[in-house]
Amino acid sequence: MIQIKNVNFYYKDFHALTDITMQIPDKAVTAFIGPSGCGKSTLLRLINRMNDLIDGTRLTGNILVEGQDIYDKKVEVEELRKKVGMVFQKPNPFPKSIFENVAYGLRVQGMKNETEIKDRVEDAIKKAALWSEVERILNNNATNLSGGQQQRLCIARCLAVEPHVILMDEPASALDPISTAKIEELVLDLKSKYTIVIVTHNMQQALRISDHTAFFYLGELVEYNTTHDIFHNPAQEKTKNYVTGQFG
Amino acid sequence: MKAITKQKIVFSILKVMSFMVIAILFLIIGFIFIKGIGVINWGFISKMPEEGMLKGGILPAIVGTLCLIGGSMLFAFPIGVCSGIYINEFLKDGPLKRFMRLMTDNLAGIPSIVFGLFGMALFVNKLKFGDSILAGSLTLGILALPVIIRTTEEALRSVDDLHRQASYALGASKLYTIKKVVLPIALPNIITGLILAIGRVSGETAPILFTVAAYFLPKLPHSLFEQAMALPYHLYVLATSGTDIEKAKPMAFGTALILITIVLICNLLANLIRAKFKKK
Ligand SMILES: Nc1ncnc2c1ncn2[C@@H]1O[C@H](COP(=O)(O)OP(=O)(O)OP(=O)(O)O)[C@@H](O)[C@H]1O
Ligand SMILES: [Mg+2]
Repeated sequence: MIQIKNVNFYYKDFHALTDITMQIPDKAVTAFIGPSGCGKSTLLRLINRMNDLIDGTRLTGNILVEGQDIYDKKVEVEELRKKVGMVFQKPNPFPKSIFENVAYGLRVQGMKNETEIKDRVEDAIKKAALWSEVERILNNNATNLSGGQQQRLCIARCLAVEPHVILMDEPASALDPISTAKIEELVLDLKSKYTIVIVTHNMQQALRISDHTAFFYLGELVEYNTTHDIFHNPAQEKTKNYVTGQFG
Repeated sequence: MKAITKQKIVFSILKVMSFMVIAILFLIIGFIFIKGIGVINWGFISKMPEEGMLKGGILPAIVGTLCLIGGSMLFAFPIGVCSGIYINEFLKDGPLKRFMRLMTDNLAGIPSIVFGLFGMALFVNKLKFGDSILAGSLTLGILALPVIIRTTEEALRSVDDLHRQASYALGASKLYTIKKVVLPIALPNIITGLILAIGRVSGETAPILFTVAAYFLPKLPHSLFEQAMALPYHLYVLATSGTDIEKAKPMAFGTALILITIVLICNLLANLIRAKFKKK
């Protein structure tokens, strides 16, 4: 479970998130929706501390992953990121071979045994539903794959590290409909084993794949509920307008 | 005038200009080649100079220049690349970074004769290396530093931040990310810096004038603490201060041809290395 407690977040003087409190359940898909600039990515990036890389940011409140306050001084951010993986909006495979892309996280962890690495790589690529397409070209450069394949490779790269949580920031927004469908299928497939948080602009997508949906507006969490209720029975007028496409 | 005609005219002008650059390059190389090829033979590159440098070869100058290229790069390449990495990867945007950039640019703008003077004062006199390959290499190295730092910085800056983020998101540390992701991507372009630096260093006369170059020294160097002849200075000597300048002219052009050839070979090698890394 991911617990977000009274989180405020600032980029220099800009107050990007206001008093966010929510709990994200395990082994389910939670979608973040809301108009552009409302802070979805910012909150997502707080969960694996990617915002640490940006200068001049400030956080108050707490975020707990599996009961551990991840902003506690004792926490090593590298360890946290092995547990909380991330898939980015734009597919970003390394300009290395397909194999080495997936093996990267394992090598980071200091794994040396090549047979073990091979098994883990194969396993991860299979889980990402990419194996049949790449099994014969594992040594080819990953940048030669199609956009959709690259994104599934990035998911495989993330899975190889065996994270518990996977954060996805609009993972299909740069892809064609068929590739998007494959990613969605994959997400549904993975949710039995992973806690997945996904940012999306696509209402239909949120409806199709998520169990819970959080609607953000101007840095505030307006409404958070089961996806069914957010879309069919929203409590807030703003939520209703947004999910029915009247603004955003 | 129609936009399309205008465009055509502009394109033609750009085309002519760029062809002119190539033409000038060919003109120089062709000129040196025609004037210099007459004296080139095995003896020219394998023998010591004889009879007031009017006969024999230029072997010690070739060896001297190669030593200076190697020595200066051995010193400047690691330092330059490390500074470039530090400036681009570790310094936050701010006054310190701007200051470092400004200093590098200023270093690049200093006339090379000033480096020579500085090298003489510091390496030759103060540190007591004497007129030596060591002093010359260090002086040339300093001269080459800004080029290497700048190209390294540019090469690192052109690495897409998404790659860094992907690495961090997989639990990699900053150092690991730089080593395994950023540097491999940037390496081909960093090597470009090496090529430029070699080109710069191999042709400089002023910095070696007071630090290493011998007027006439018909033997090969045995240690870093010896003086050496060098191609650019030898060329200068042949063209200006020999016993018979007219007679020395073909030798001067031959020397120039060898110098150009060495630079071109260095470029070619570095390009091959770069291409190899790019493929990987
Ligand atoms: N690095 C940054 N520095 C300063 N402000 C930022 C930075 N990143 C985001 N912001 C600001 O914080 C706010 C929230 O940004 P965020 O990227 O989280 O929005 P988002 O909901 O993900 O939007 P989108 O749907 O367009 O991706 C925006 O107003 C944005 O301008
Ligand atoms: Mg976003």
